[in-house]
Amino acid sequence: MKKKFSLKGITSSRETSLVIVVILLCILVQLRNSAFLTPGMMENLFKNYAVTMIMALGMMCVLLIGGIDIAVGSTLGFSGMCASLFLRDHPGMPVIAIFLISIVIGTVCGTLIGLVISYGKVPPIIATLGGMYVFRGLAYLVAKNEWVAAYQFTDGYKDFAQSKYLGFGLLNNLIVLTIVIYVLFFIFFKWTTVGRKIYAVGSNAEAAEVSGIKIKQVKIMCYAILGFLTGLCGAIYTSLYASAQGDMGTGLEMDVIAACVVGGVSLNGGRGSVVGVFLGALTMAIVGRALPLIGVSQFWQTAIKGLIIIAAVILNVLTQRVMDKNNLKGREM
Amino acid sequence: MATKSGRVISAQKPFDWKKALLKWEVFLVVIFIAVNIMNAFISPYYLSVNGLFTATSSFLEKSFIVLPMAYVLLLGEIDISVGATVALSACMLGISFNAGMPMGAAVLICLLTGAACGALNGLILTRFQELAPMIVTLGTQILYRGLAEILLEDQATGGFTKVAWFKNLYWGKVGVVPIMFIIFVICAAVFGVVMHGTTFGRRMYAIGSNPLAAKYSGIQVQRIRFIIYTLTGLFSAVTALFLASGMGSARSNIASGYELEAISMAVLGGILTDGGKGNFPGAILAIFILGFLRYGLGLVNVASQLMMVIIGLLLIVVVMAPNLNLGRFFKKKAAK
Repeated sequence: MKKKFSLKGITSSRETSLVIVVILLCILVQLRNSAFLTPGMMENLFKNYAVTMIMALGMMCVLLIGGIDIAVGSTLGFSGMCASLFLRDHPGMPVIAIFLISIVIGTVCGTLIGLVISYGKVPPIIATLGGMYVFRGLAYLVAKNEWVAAYQFTDGYKDFAQSKYLGFGLLNNLIVLTIVIYVLFFIFFKWTTVGRKIYAVGSNAEAAEVSGIKIKQVKIMCYAILGFLTGLCGAIYTSLYASAQGDMGTGLEMDVIAACVVGGVSLNGGRGSVVGVFLGALTMAIVGRALPLIGVSQFWQTAIKGLIIIAAVILNVLTQRVMDKNNLKGREM
Repeated sequence: MATKSGRVISAQKPFDWKKALLKWEVFLVVIFIAVNIMNAFISPYYLSVNGLFTATSSFLEKSFIVLPMAYVLLLGEIDISVGATVALSACMLGISFNAGMPMGAAVLICLLTGAACGALNGLILTRFQELAPMIVTLGTQILYRGLAEILLEDQATGGFTKVAWFKNLYWGKVGVVPIMFIIFVICAAVFGVVMHGTTFGRRMYAIGSNPLAAKYSGIQVQRIRFIIYTLTGLFSAVTALFLASGMGSARSNIASGYELEAISMAVLGGILTDGGKGNFPGAILAIFILGFLRYGLGLVNVASQLMMVIIGLLLIVVVMAPNLNLGRFFKKKAAK
């Protein structure tokens, strides 16, 4: 059955309200500082928030099945550190190989956490809390508490985050990567069996199991996907900042979860969309980037970010209540 | 056994030695003794009254959060805003003290700030019951930390050591026993009795095992949740007091990660995040196990990073072990 196109359906949807918020934010900032809506500024914004945006997609996978992962910051630190150390010791390696190493390590970390959660029956918050300690500790240990500084990276690696060869000279590499990943995930969640299975497990795990979905495998896959993207971001992060430190990515998990939540992903599982996550991450990026532009002191940024998250989740609940009420009304008639 | 209502409960289980020995707390006691023996081998000065008390002051100040955190976890919920609450309360303490207030008033303001932070969490969570505690306290965590940053910017506030009694909170001793230790024991005893010996405690277990059933049996679930979140905020402020007393100053970035340490202590103590499981002595034992383990490994200069790996693995293994086939293996053996 094809849904009827209705104006009301569009205006009440989560994504539309986020689009309005983003537009309003842009207009407000633009009025105060005309340097905001310029190609250079936008490139800068998307480049610097590529890590959060990509990881938010993986986090959405995990949140969709009702899980959570607070170990991603540490996983990013560990995989990025391993890749950077490898590059330091083998300067001849091509950029792609370094990225692959980081991705493989990230995927292994994610899969391990997934195994612990699905076969060890450890609650996700505890498993990832433990993983957070372990991977962070390992990130320091493999590097023996040293940094990998900019001069130890090859030029090709440092240039990856700054040049535009993937975008045919028009777009920055990181922006191209972000777009490609978002398109792939949009297709994955919308039109593939595996993607729909994730939603099925998230909305009703028992029903999904009865209909023949192997829940444990789906869970492990979701954590592996998050690990994969985190590993990729580990390489992006070190390439972007041209250095690797043991404490990189600390607290990143909170930013990523926040982007998902603002984007309307439910922590109870089963609810969330790729477009929503993009808009959520974009909102957080604009807030983070625009506040200094309109003269808000840097010390106010954290509090404002917190307020936005709280406001977003409460708004989420209120709109959900209204929607549920409307649905009931429809049934009575 | 006759109860207050005159009913006789005949299904009282007989005391079972085998079951009692397989209990989690017994296991914790064994680990506790093992850690202490290890520490005694590491340092000859460790096993003395002074040495032991010195060891406790390295971790007791943050252990005050574990007490209410045990309640929160027992409800099947979580509060990750406690670290930020500690920072905000400590900042308020410093600011009001340096604004010329007497120390007593500043302490009161600090406690009130903590309680208010906890109450805000409780208010949001009870007004909007659909929300997951994880996400609300994530938001308030960032908010409270941000407020502390607004208040202090990147400055430190200090001078607490000028007030002798406040300095003594952390550093003072009665005989050989640190004052902090005495206060902790009193608080822990009260929390333990409330959890295991009062109606309030039984209600918490009921809510943790099945909130809906608890609601229908007439328990005011939301009121209890609100009280517990406020209590968590209050005791974060208590931690802030001891932390400020120990360091003599406060910054906006102190106490980061305390929420995770408190949660791992409670979980190691057997209070799982599912709710309705675990008991209080376990949590107290876990505080001392992790504290002494960290202190002992610190004595032999084990890198703090390696300690992170050990504690992380311990946490995962502890929760995973009962769920693996090992349990089934033991049961089969016992059945034979």
